[in-house]
Amino acid sequence: MVQAIRDALAEEMERDERVCVLGEDVGLKGGVFKATEGLQARFGRRRVLDTPLAESSIAAVAQGLALEGYRPVAEMQFADYTFPAFNQIVNEIAKVRYRSNGDFSCPLVIRAPTGGGVRGALYHSQSVEAYYCHVPGLKVVLPSTAADAKGLLKAAIRDPDPVIFLEPKKLYRAERAEVPSGEDGLIALGRATVARSGAGVTVITYGFMRSVSQEAAVLLQREGIEVELIDLRTLRPWDVETCERSVRKTGRVAVVYEANRTGGFGAEVAAELGERCFADLDAPLMRIASPDVPSMPFNLVLEHSFMLDSEKVATGLRKLARY
Amino acid sequence: MSSGLTRDRVLEAYRTILLARALDDRRFLLNRAGNLAFIVSPRGHEVAQVAAISALQPGRDRFCLYYRDFAAALACGFSAQEMMLSAFARASDPSSGGRQTPGNFGSRRRGVIIGSSTVGPQIPKAAGVGLALKWRGEGGLCFVSFGEGATSQGDFHEGLNFAAIHDCPVIFFCENNHWAISVPQPLQVAGPGVAERAAGYGIPGLRVAGDDFFEVHAAVSEAARRARAGEGPTLIEASVYRLQSHSTDDDQRAYRAAEELAAEALKDPIPRLRADLIRRGWLTAEADEGLIRAVSEEVERAAEHAELAPDPDPSTLKRHVYADA
Repeated sequence: MVQAIRDALAEEMERDERVCVLGEDVGLKGGVFKATEGLQARFGRRRVLDTPLAESSIAAVAQGLALEGYRPVAEMQFADYTFPAFNQIVNEIAKVRYRSNGDFSCPLVIRAPTGGGVRGALYHSQSVEAYYCHVPGLKVVLPSTAADAKGLLKAAIRDPDPVIFLEPKKLYRAERAEVPSGEDGLIALGRATVARSGAGVTVITYGFMRSVSQEAAVLLQREGIEVELIDLRTLRPWDVETCERSVRKTGRVAVVYEANRTGGFGAEVAAELGERCFADLDAPLMRIASPDVPSMPFNLVLEHSFMLDSEKVATGLRKLARY
Repeated sequence: MSSGLTRDRVLEAYRTILLARALDDRRFLLNRAGNLAFIVSPRGHEVAQVAAISALQPGRDRFCLYYRDFAAALACGFSAQEMMLSAFARASDPSSGGRQTPGNFGSRRRGVIIGSSTVGPQIPKAAGVGLALKWRGEGGLCFVSFGEGATSQGDFHEGLNFAAIHDCPVIFFCENNHWAISVPQPLQVAGPGVAERAAGYGIPGLRVAGDDFFEVHAAVSEAARRARAGEGPTLIEASVYRLQSHSTDDDQRAYRAAEELAAEALKDPIPRLRADLIRRGWLTAEADEGLIRAVSEEVERAAEHAELAPDPDPSTLKRHVYADA
């Protein structure tokens, strides 16, 4: 996936000279996860700018550039470190268009590696999407495959509004796949994909939990439970119609998300589907999520205890299927 | 005398200052009569604000103003009528169509970048705007203003640090009125003041008397010259007096000594500028009276127009959240 992100950045920088990259360590080092490797050598120190270690100003400078017609892609080293920039993102960037009654706009992308499972501990593992999904004016993308990451990042860079682009760091080096190049690979924001068809239970998920849910679906298939798996890909705006269609077919739905349970984005999905599909449901809406502890511990046993895996997801889905 | 200042330009600035004061007085009365919900007064800051803007080029330069910059916004080209429309939060308020409290100025065509009501975020934003202007290489600069309270925010440091590293064409303009609502400067700013902080970033920092039109104009002119020449940012601290409470929801008599307020009221910068202009022979008492009368009529017309102007249609509530909606 990290190669796909790098290719998306390079292709968009090649296509549009207003596109520029900024963040900590993005230049000389090419990013701590190598997402911007080689870009500074290719596009120069201006368009690939190493910034001071200060997230608020990374977001603010990106905003200033966007207001002046550039298309900045800011990298925050970890999603956990977007919080010093929270005021700039929520109070400034997200509200530019609304508070100026449409006179100004702020087209930019903030990329950040998100989620756990890499021994990152409390401050390199958090799933932050719910905070940003709550904010009108922002778009939030969280891909799960290399091809999606590339196609969605290209679309995010071309989008006229600010996009928070969260990349599951567990997947950076997880997948080897052919990824379409150029315009063919573009993927519109706001569209889910049905990753697996089935008539038994619907699983709605995103990010790293897609592959975990996929494994759970394989386990359950042997037991005669068919899973329909929907990957949201974009969380704000999210593709409620695709989810609704599936729920009407199966009558049973679980939302699987890596963030802790309470107030997670999956809760919003469940609530919306509950309102729309109540009469079609054969079982209560289920959330399968991480426990409500502050974050993921460093110790491997505790990390595994925190993270969802295919067994935990399968256990929940069996219950749902039997209800 | 600082560069580019002619008698006509100074008198034009003086008229803007009178207009700001008259509009503010009228807004205050309208607030007390229950017609306006909320106002932040520039009273005591007007001379510093208009002197600074008159050293710059509205249209070419960018302005990240803060909520007390009422007179600065007028100097950037907003009209009396527009200011009243925003005071009444009418649909035709040019900054936000009645969405924001008055004081969050914005106008793309005038280069005034839309503000917000949190303290300090415009400072690093201005560094980013400055970076873009530097890349564009057309000699434009970004002026950003804030009170001394904002210098306590991390964004103050982050903005100055970034702009200084990249020699961004930015003028950081601190209007130090020595009070952040009820917290006085000694509890807000460690050390002698704000200007000294520039040394830490390796950029010029200077303190000017905010009631001296010519001193402020000269300082901003030099900062603009440096910015346009690619020499980087400047930090200017203009010392001013807050002759009105923080906002119409605040009453500074509750936390400031009566003698101190009475003494400060005597330091109103407008009579000082008036006396200076008369001494220079640029203004007569009769001409001054004429200006005051004309300004007062303009304010009256603006208030009447804004009072009758329509509110935003409720159906527009959801517009401009995203581009496509």
